[in-house]
Amino acid sequence: MQELIRRYGISLSVIMAAMTAFWLLALVVIPNLVLFKFSFRLYLPVDQLGGPNDVYTLKNYITFFQSPIHINVFFLTILYSSMVTIICLMVTYPLAYILAKVLKPTDTATFFLVLLIPLWVSEILRSFAWFIILSMQGPLNAILTGIGLIDKPIRWISGFQSVVIGLVYAYILFMLFPIYNAIQALDTNQIEASEDLGASTWRTHWRVIIPHAKPGIASGCVMVFMLCAGSVVVPTTLASTNSRWFTEIIQQWMFEGLDWNVGSAYAFLLLVLCIVFVSLVMRVLNVRLVDIAK
Amino acid sequence: MTSQTFAKIAMRVYLALFLAYMLLPLAIMGGAGLNNTRFPSVYPWVGLTDRWFIDLWNDQRMWGSVRNTTWVALAVVFISVPIGTAAAILLNSVKPNVRSFLYGFMVAPILTPGAVIGISTLLFWNSFGISAGLYLSVLGQVSFVAAYVMLLVLARLQSFDPALEEAALDLGASHGQVIRRILVPHLYPAIGAGAIIAFFQSVENFNVTLFTRGNSDTLTVYVGSKIRSGITPTINALALLLIVVTVICAVIYEVLRRRAEKRAAALVAAED
Repeated sequence: MQELIRRYGISLSVIMAAMTAFWLLALVVIPNLVLFKFSFRLYLPVDQLGGPNDVYTLKNYITFFQSPIHINVFFLTILYSSMVTIICLMVTYPLAYILAKVLKPTDTATFFLVLLIPLWVSEILRSFAWFIILSMQGPLNAILTGIGLIDKPIRWISGFQSVVIGLVYAYILFMLFPIYNAIQALDTNQIEASEDLGASTWRTHWRVIIPHAKPGIASGCVMVFMLCAGSVVVPTTLASTNSRWFTEIIQQWMFEGLDWNVGSAYAFLLLVLCIVFVSLVMRVLNVRLVDIAK
Repeated sequence: MTSQTFAKIAMRVYLALFLAYMLLPLAIMGGAGLNNTRFPSVYPWVGLTDRWFIDLWNDQRMWGSVRNTTWVALAVVFISVPIGTAAAILLNSVKPNVRSFLYGFMVAPILTPGAVIGISTLLFWNSFGISAGLYLSVLGQVSFVAAYVMLLVLARLQSFDPALEEAALDLGASHGQVIRRILVPHLYPAIGAGAIIAFFQSVENFNVTLFTRGNSDTLTVYVGSKIRSGITPTINALALLLIVVTVICAVIYEVLRRRAEKRAAALVAAED
């Protein structure tokens, strides 16, 4: 702080500190504390506010733990988000390696330039695109029946398969970019040294490249998992009645039940899930937060 | 054929497949906006039409949502860019332990689901009697967009030589001059990139906006409600327009970035 004042003077330093404080306190920390507090209060009519019923209670959380359906949806959300994360990782790791170490840098730059298009098209349109592709009369069924692979159209938008397809498409680039950045920073001499010393391709990847790419892998996994578990758009577009997502239940409480207190309890559970996942990844892959958020 | 050429071909095929996977769905979606069928589809191809674009043009709700989106995005840029820049400068000049503590709080919004940010913003401002509306969407979006700006500026600060500021101060520059003439010009590329990313993050945003918007529409919310309430190819027409705008912006962004890179390289060469 003294360093800041010495360089930029007292008034500018105060302005910068005030802006940062406004951001961290009014937009990040306190709103989440309010959410936390709200989740322990009851939804009451206005005339009962401040009355004997206006107490702190675990009731909103008990609502969750007493509802097998909601618990089921919660765990299915975790399961399928993890599945999407693993699929994205397996598809993008070889891709990131090729882009970082095999392709010529100018070709890689062109490749990424083209990828900016799907990255900058909003996720709602990206999932809508798959809604069209997967629909009964859509192009996928037309092609598959056309080449004789299937006899009659398949109902793709059913169960979790369409949600998983949509999520992978919507978030896969968030896995590719961090892993690419990590591998790109690896000195190619190290890969060559490993090969010269007789390591097989697998061993080179396992002992040299993957350890170096770990922060990128951690970053990609955290981003993709968080985006999946918190996705509102993809499940509303591509899910069906037999595949519900945890965010849909939060929405139900907020908009249909109009019970913001239960809604905030559920939102807080989602936040806890994400915090647990981030810590887990940091522990397992042994990386720091600075490595993840770049 | 040796195994090496085989591996090379396999890699090329893999890259091509991935590109096709990323681009074909968008092409199909955009193409359906030109097809003369009631339900958006490219197959069977009935005929080229512009009727979905005309329908879209006449949709007052769409225009309202475009206005709202622009307003929100500009507000997010004007608030989050100064905040993110200030936070990065601050972070760069505090002690290491304070730094990692603050850093944790600053990147947390990036790792928080949008729904949680939206609901907590709504509840917090509601307790001051401010009800849902687009200004809450702005504040909710700023909370995580500022983090992106902060990360970009922080990365740029790594290549900044603090001795330049020392020299300026020793030569009698005021604190304001140090920032205006030395620090900010060095940060321009990061601030510019931050502004563009902030704008796009805001335009794209759905989750935070959904919970904070009240009764107002933004473009993504408009598309979302259209998809739910009855799909017509007007959404595809809109998607096609948005893709075209995106392509143009992406190209401009890349050209500017390359030009800046070239200029930086030339500067380094001149210094050597």
